[in-house]
Amino acid sequence: MGEVSPKIVIVDESPIRAAILEEGLREAGFTGVVHISEMQSLLAKIYALDPDVILIDLENPSRDILEQMFQVSRAVRRPIAMFVDQSDAASIQASVDAGVSAYIVDGSQKERVKPILDLCISRFDAFAKLQNELERTKSALEDRKVIDRAKGILMKVKGLTEEEAYVLLRSTAMREKKKIGEIAQSILTASELLK
Amino acid sequence: MNGPLQIGFIPLVDAAALIIAVDKGFCTTEGLDVTLIREVSWSNVRDKLNIGLFDAAHMLAPVAIATSLGLGHVKVPIAAPINLGLNGNAITLSPALHAAIMAEIDGDRFDPMTTALALARVVAVRRKRGTAPLTFGMTFPFSTHNYQFRFWMAAGGVDPDEDVRLVVLPPPYMVDSLANGHVDAFCVGAPWNSVAVDRGVGHILHFVSDILVRAAEKVLAVRQNWSDRNPQVVAALIRAASRAAEFIRQPQNHAEAARILSSPERIGVDAGVIQRALEAGSGFHPMALRAQVAGVCWWGVMAPRDRIRRRPPGFMRRWCIGGRPPSVRRRSGPRWRCSGRISAMRHWGGGVGPGDRTAGPVKAFAGPAFDPADIPGYLAALEGRRRCLNGSLMPCKLNY
Repeated sequence: MGEVSPKIVIVDESPIRAAILEEGLREAGFTGVVHISEMQSLLAKIYALDPDVILIDLENPSRDILEQMFQVSRAVRRPIAMFVDQSDAASIQASVDAGVSAYIVDGSQKERVKPILDLCISRFDAFAKLQNELERTKSALEDRKVIDRAKGILMKVKGLTEEEAYVLLRSTAMREKKKIGEIAQSILTASELLK
Repeated sequence: MNGPLQIGFIPLVDAAALIIAVDKGFCTTEGLDVTLIREVSWSNVRDKLNIGLFDAAHMLAPVAIATSLGLGHVKVPIAAPINLGLNGNAITLSPALHAAIMAEIDGDRFDPMTTALALARVVAVRRKRGTAPLTFGMTFPFSTHNYQFRFWMAAGGVDPDEDVRLVVLPPPYMVDSLANGHVDAFCVGAPWNSVAVDRGVGHILHFVSDILVRAAEKVLAVRQNWSDRNPQVVAALIRAASRAAEFIRQPQNHAEAARILSSPERIGVDAGVIQRALEAGSGFHPMALRAQVAGVCWWGVMAPRDRIRRRPPGFMRRWCIGGRPPSVRRRSGPRWRCSGRISAMRHWGGGVGPGDRTAGPVKAFAGPAFDPADIPGYLAALEGRRRCLNGSLMPCKLNY
């Protein structure tokens, strides 16, 4: 990049997501990136850094604190503008869907901010996908434990082999149109009740 | 009869009419399939309503106006068919500031003019000593809390932009910020004032109903074009929320309403604290509870009257909120569709009736009664106005 990289502040309480975003921005040549994870005295920290662009996740209640920077007052030295024109509804939609909001400090050039926002949206989306995968893996692991215990109960009570116990679980699940994990869980619950 | 509706809200007691309408089945009775979505910031509520992720929202009345005018943000015409509550906020002070103001009190400590003058003396002493300016927390730039603080301070001669710091804080952070000295006072709705009192970190100084009489607080906000396309849905929402408000007003329902509101996915605060706010709002609070209940919110779904709806733009202009003096032309701001509300009520068989407390003058403890027909005259009478940075320097005598 021919010109000085704009100074970007990332306000995010999730250190992993902030790291993913920061890395993406650096790779794209935006070197002046600072991450704020502590929300105490947020505005004072932002004034001290004096950034051109502020990125904040939508799950962060401190977003309302930033809105104060729209105002012209003694407390606000460089007011911020919204990141898009009135006409650019698609950008707002995309960023809200991704769960991130961006603010441009007055005086920064809009065309230089657009690639930052686009990158930010794609990284936020990537993070959300990662998190979903993690959730799925976690619940799969959880299911696995429950199924193993249910198999154990079936083997003991009905004198089945492990293989037969699993086939019984699976066929019941198919017949009842439920997940194997759910059938296994009901076996655990029932055996708990019958103890 | 209708597709599913997504309605955003902020966990505050004045979202009660919406929450009860959904959780007690008043919406289902109207054929509405409503999902309430709890949000963490007013900015999110505004943006998600603007882009259509929400069909309707629990919204600060001044945000509905600012969005319609495009102040500080994207311009989207908003309609506010009903008020979800009047008043309900309170000003809570840290024990240190409370003691300082009480030491300077000359007169009735319940009179906002007396406390505002005492605040001015505290501010003057701090300035002489070179102590940092006092910091006051409020919930959003476009909020009744902001205007209520400003109105009260200015009445005592304190310039809200020069003499103190007014900062935005999310409501759930208010109590901790007061406890750790990040702010010296805050203005917020229920239940947070009560929570501060219960934790022993704050003293309630005033209910805002002592400062601005009949202040429109939250509204049910919808996009104007959505409302034009879905008049039946809007009418059904109004009826459901009206029934919910009627339910909340009945003393025998307070415990049940408080229990519903206290659930983690709704307000997520102890039911006892919420119940106190509901009782106060229905006028059943003895004076003994005065220091504990958070504000007096009038429950009910009300057609905003002209005087009520036009006061917030007047305050925006007084303080140049939005960075420039917003126009307060007669038709500026959101359309409050009273006629739609009245026909919806007629359909239900109810009336604007006894629950409607919006009648009567829109007053404050200082200055003249608000006259929607003469906003410039009202502002001139108040005298204390902000100097507009891009306009002329207005005299700033700050008598009020």
